[in-house]
Amino acid sequence: MDWTYIQGILMLAGINMIAVLGLSLLTGFTGLFSFGHAGFMAIGAYVGAWISASPASTPAGMGLPFILAIVGGGAAAGVVSYFIGRISLNLKGDYFCIATLGFGEAIRLIFNNVNRFGGARGWPGVPSNSSFLAILIADIVAVLFLANLVKSRHGRNMIAVREEELAAQIAGIDVFRSKMTSLVISAVYAGVAGVFFAHYMTFIQPKMFSLTKSTELTIIVIFGGLGSISGSVLGALVLTALPEVLRAFEIWRLVFYGAAVILIMVSRPKGLMGGLELTPSGIRKWTAERNALRQAKATLLAEDSGRKED
Amino acid sequence: MAAILHIRDLTKQFGGLTAVDAVSFSVPEGGIVGLIGPNGAGKTTIFNLITGIYRPTSGSIEYRGKSIVGLEPFRIADMGITRTFQNIRLFKNLSVFDNVLTACHLSANYSFAEAILRLPRFRAQEKHLTAKAEELLGIMNLSDYRDLIANNLPYGLQRRLEIVRALALNPKLLLLDEPAAGMNPDETEQLMRLIVRIRDDFGLSVLVIEHHMDLIMGVCEHIVVLNFGEKIAEGSADEISKNAQVIEAYLGTSEEAVDA
Repeated sequence: MDWTYIQGILMLAGINMIAVLGLSLLTGFTGLFSFGHAGFMAIGAYVGAWISASPASTPAGMGLPFILAIVGGGAAAGVVSYFIGRISLNLKGDYFCIATLGFGEAIRLIFNNVNRFGGARGWPGVPSNSSFLAILIADIVAVLFLANLVKSRHGRNMIAVREEELAAQIAGIDVFRSKMTSLVISAVYAGVAGVFFAHYMTFIQPKMFSLTKSTELTIIVIFGGLGSISGSVLGALVLTALPEVLRAFEIWRLVFYGAAVILIMVSRPKGLMGGLELTPSGIRKWTAERNALRQAKATLLAEDSGRKED
Repeated sequence: MAAILHIRDLTKQFGGLTAVDAVSFSVPEGGIVGLIGPNGAGKTTIFNLITGIYRPTSGSIEYRGKSIVGLEPFRIADMGITRTFQNIRLFKNLSVFDNVLTACHLSANYSFAEAILRLPRFRAQEKHLTAKAEELLGIMNLSDYRDLIANNLPYGLQRRLEIVRALALNPKLLLLDEPAAGMNPDETEQLMRLIVRIRDDFGLSVLVIEHHMDLIMGVCEHIVVLNFGEKIAEGSADEISKNAQVIEAYLGTSEEAVDA
């Protein structure tokens, strides 16, 4: 295996990681499942391509710098998600999930039918701007942003919404606003991932952003562990690399992929990380919780035996 | 004494069922008022109406002289009314400390950008929130359980944690929905003292729903009795325990009375 090949897999994992981190905020921390995030990736990919592709290519772009494509693609996905959220965030649980599924497919079908962006034939000639370094920097920024958000009052409010919506409202939390913030940020993440994806593949086509892609993102989030940033990072790395590792199985590859995912989910039902973080403070918290549980059990037992002696 | 909460002709209908029928009463500033009645009398519905979870069909709810009808629950919480639930609703998978810390959020106002960039105002206010949560846990004797996941707490302590979480909002009016449910006499006794203590220490007014008559008679200065959605009596513990209608609602009519 040569470095170019490994680097290619890592870049793809890094791109997936951006989208997965965003979805992790929505699903893992706010408790809203989405099956439409490939749609936001598509918006990012197409808007990004439009901004950076050369005016001479067909379809024609604007020929602007890559950084503007990232900003524009992320912003476009965020704006669209805001309007989708306005309509659908009042839906409860599974109904919201079904609505996102519909929106995701609708976005794909719109791109399928807009000839300005190449329609179903796709858009060749997107500049190859997604360098290894650029993806690495984007991933680091994405992780830091998310980690800081989750450990603030805004992030805690989202977690409260996930835990118990009614109690969150009674605790003075604007549930709708928390959900909206979470949705828009996760869509911006997906949009940025889409931009990097387009500039990595240099060719985009609506069918790349089908329901399968949305499902893949959700699987990675659950696989890594809901409510864990380290889980999402690990999940994106493992599940993007896994199909490549399994290439030896040729046509049985995806069967083994599915079997491997099932095996891990059965042995670790809460995902790889199970809501824990692989950071010094995360580990401290984990040990503190375990000690507290052990202590509480000991206290209760002592009280119980005390009562018997009486 | 001025009333902190004033309810007038409050009515709530669910289709053809009138759950609350033209009920009026008030909670005086700093008072502890009990709301009692048989199952299905509409007590919890009144709590849901006050906290904005339901909208009243008619009638008014005034908090410190301002109508709060039609406001969203989080706005009402923001104004200083909060509650506990009959079936405990904690943030189950979070630690005891995080439950309280989350509820302290109204005491901070740093912006989103300040949080992401970890600016000084964020740091200062987070420090303040942490200290406040620690202090509340200390006052309520929950410090030993600080790191325990809320779901693993013994039942009685879960109830207490819910009250601490409510206090973290700096409420002016606290609504307690059957706080003694499932507690033994010992724990109920403790809870009674706790209710009086938080009223005094935090300068609160309390409205409490309860079935434990010891608790109601012991701590409530004023009692409102509901039956089938209607207010049937109101008064001090003494007056209520002698009221014929109340006795009838709780114990039923004697056969002689029916025959007569």
